[in-house]
Amino acid sequence: MQQFIKKEVFRKAACLTAGLFLTGLISFAGGGNGGGGGAKGQPAKTTDAASQLKLPSGFSAVTVVENFGRTRHIAVGPGGAVFVKLSKLKDGKGIYRLEDTDGDGKADKITGFGNFPGTGVAISNGYLYATTDEDVYRFQLNAKDEVMNPDQPEKIVTGLLSRHEHEAKTIALDDNGNLFVNIGAYSNACQLQDRTKGSPGMKPCKILDSAGGIWEFKAGKANQTYGDGQRYATGLRNCVALFWNKSTNSLFVMQHGRDQLHDLFPDIWDTKQSAELPAECMYELHQGSNCGWPYMFYDQLQHKKILAPEYGGDGKMTAGDEAQDPAAAYPGHMAPNGLVFYTGSQFPEKYRNGAFIAFHGSWNRAPEPQKGYFVVFQPFKNGKPSGEWEVFADNFSGGPEKAASGRVDYRPCGLAQGPDGSLYVTDDTKGTVWKISYKK
Amino acid sequence: MQKNLVIALTGGLFLLATVLMSQTKKPAAASGKPAAKSGGASGGSQASITRGKQVYLEQCLACHQVDGLGVQGMNPPLAKTKFVLGDKKALAKIVLTGMQGVEVEGEEYHGVMAPHPDLTDQQIADVLTYVRNSFGNKATAVTVAEVKAVRAANPAPAQ
Repeated sequence: MQQFIKKEVFRKAACLTAGLFLTGLISFAGGGNGGGGGAKGQPAKTTDAASQLKLPSGFSAVTVVENFGRTRHIAVGPGGAVFVKLSKLKDGKGIYRLEDTDGDGKADKITGFGNFPGTGVAISNGYLYATTDEDVYRFQLNAKDEVMNPDQPEKIVTGLLSRHEHEAKTIALDDNGNLFVNIGAYSNACQLQDRTKGSPGMKPCKILDSAGGIWEFKAGKANQTYGDGQRYATGLRNCVALFWNKSTNSLFVMQHGRDQLHDLFPDIWDTKQSAELPAECMYELHQGSNCGWPYMFYDQLQHKKILAPEYGGDGKMTAGDEAQDPAAAYPGHMAPNGLVFYTGSQFPEKYRNGAFIAFHGSWNRAPEPQKGYFVVFQPFKNGKPSGEWEVFADNFSGGPEKAASGRVDYRPCGLAQGPDGSLYVTDDTKGTVWKISYKK
Repeated sequence: MQKNLVIALTGGLFLLATVLMSQTKKPAAASGKPAAKSGGASGGSQASITRGKQVYLEQCLACHQVDGLGVQGMNPPLAKTKFVLGDKKALAKIVLTGMQGVEVEGEEYHGVMAPHPDLTDQQIADVLTYVRNSFGNKATAVTVAEVKAVRAANPAPAQ
């Protein structure tokens, strides 16, 4: 214990010292990034989480909660109660109900329940659904968005594959009693040895039997396993963000594209190309959709489906004639973690039926500058993406230098629309939840 | 407690000053990317660190990042952890045989690290010496003989 305290004190003192010397160090090192290590020694920040966000004219944000832990996905009940799912238990609880009783946007009545960590949460037909990395549970809600039996969740799906890569199970529900679950592939590109130079791609990729796709289950049936569900769509590496679009009556997903083109194939892609490629793709799915992973990837610069190098590709050969084209494509590695289609009337008309996408931010663009850490708006027309995407909510990072280094203040993760048409955004780095509203 | 703090503070100041001075003496070797603090008498040969930096740029940086602090939830940091500063054999084994899933300072990291048996003993010794003397770390060099012994004890599995 004594040893521990000493170490702790030394660490703090070292941080303090580092803080004192930070200016000198940075100028000496020719502009290193001080975002990670030195932060503890710096004086408290003056900007608060609410005013840090940069939003279009007329929009403003308040924080519902701050410093709340690993807040991942979010759902809002018809009565306006907010539910956040935590991937790490906070005071033994994995789900929190956040209620704003006085109308200032901030949660003033907070209750935790569900003793399981995870990412996914959604509300449908009077039930709150929430996930672990293996299971889906649900809780009944009453007319006030209160959880009826917080200690007795009903297990809806169990025994899903979780192998510590793309393990987060995320969910969406349609209006016909169906539950869609993202089961991410426990692999980067289905190599025999994951992420290992020279290891070939599995032929066929057996991961696709039980992961790398979206599975469909019954929303109201207990204890379903793989055998009770069906593979709804395949060839999807990992789709943390998925959402049932009521205007098209179809499921939209955002795929996390593969990593490490340069690391594994430096003769084909340089670090700059590898930072941009492949695209992070939006897909509109239907029963039986195949989006081509791992055999191909979408190159948004060539506008082509390219044969994966693990399967003999050279960066130019095309493949995946049978695979679906993306509905929209975004720069590589920005990690889309949240998706919601806007159906409210509070925001201006142009947002109606368009998509908001939370880009968690990249890591696999190094040594090139990292990118993402923002919420994007993708305009839609007649159910299809129409026009260029734009950054809607920016500066989660805290500035261009922090974004470039990846040592950012906040990382947007989950999105949800409130009954009043406000947009909620979570951050899973510090545990911030913002409510974004519009006023003419 | 108070006394410890003062001692630690003074120690910290001294340490930093030493690092700064050692860096100013070697502008050529220390040039390049951000704040990779290298050099120092106990930290192994400067040549090994310089070679190791090249290996790091090519093999490690994409996951562990320019500043060696890794990626939240995925790739663990290399700064001031017992995995890097502790047992050199265990460290060399991670490079040779890979790893997945580790807890560092109470945070879980799930990323997959591929095995790197294709690197030579010299490359592994160099990159580990570099990592043990960068990102605020300061520890003894890893030698080719040490890596060789670990490789002999952990033969690479057939593909």
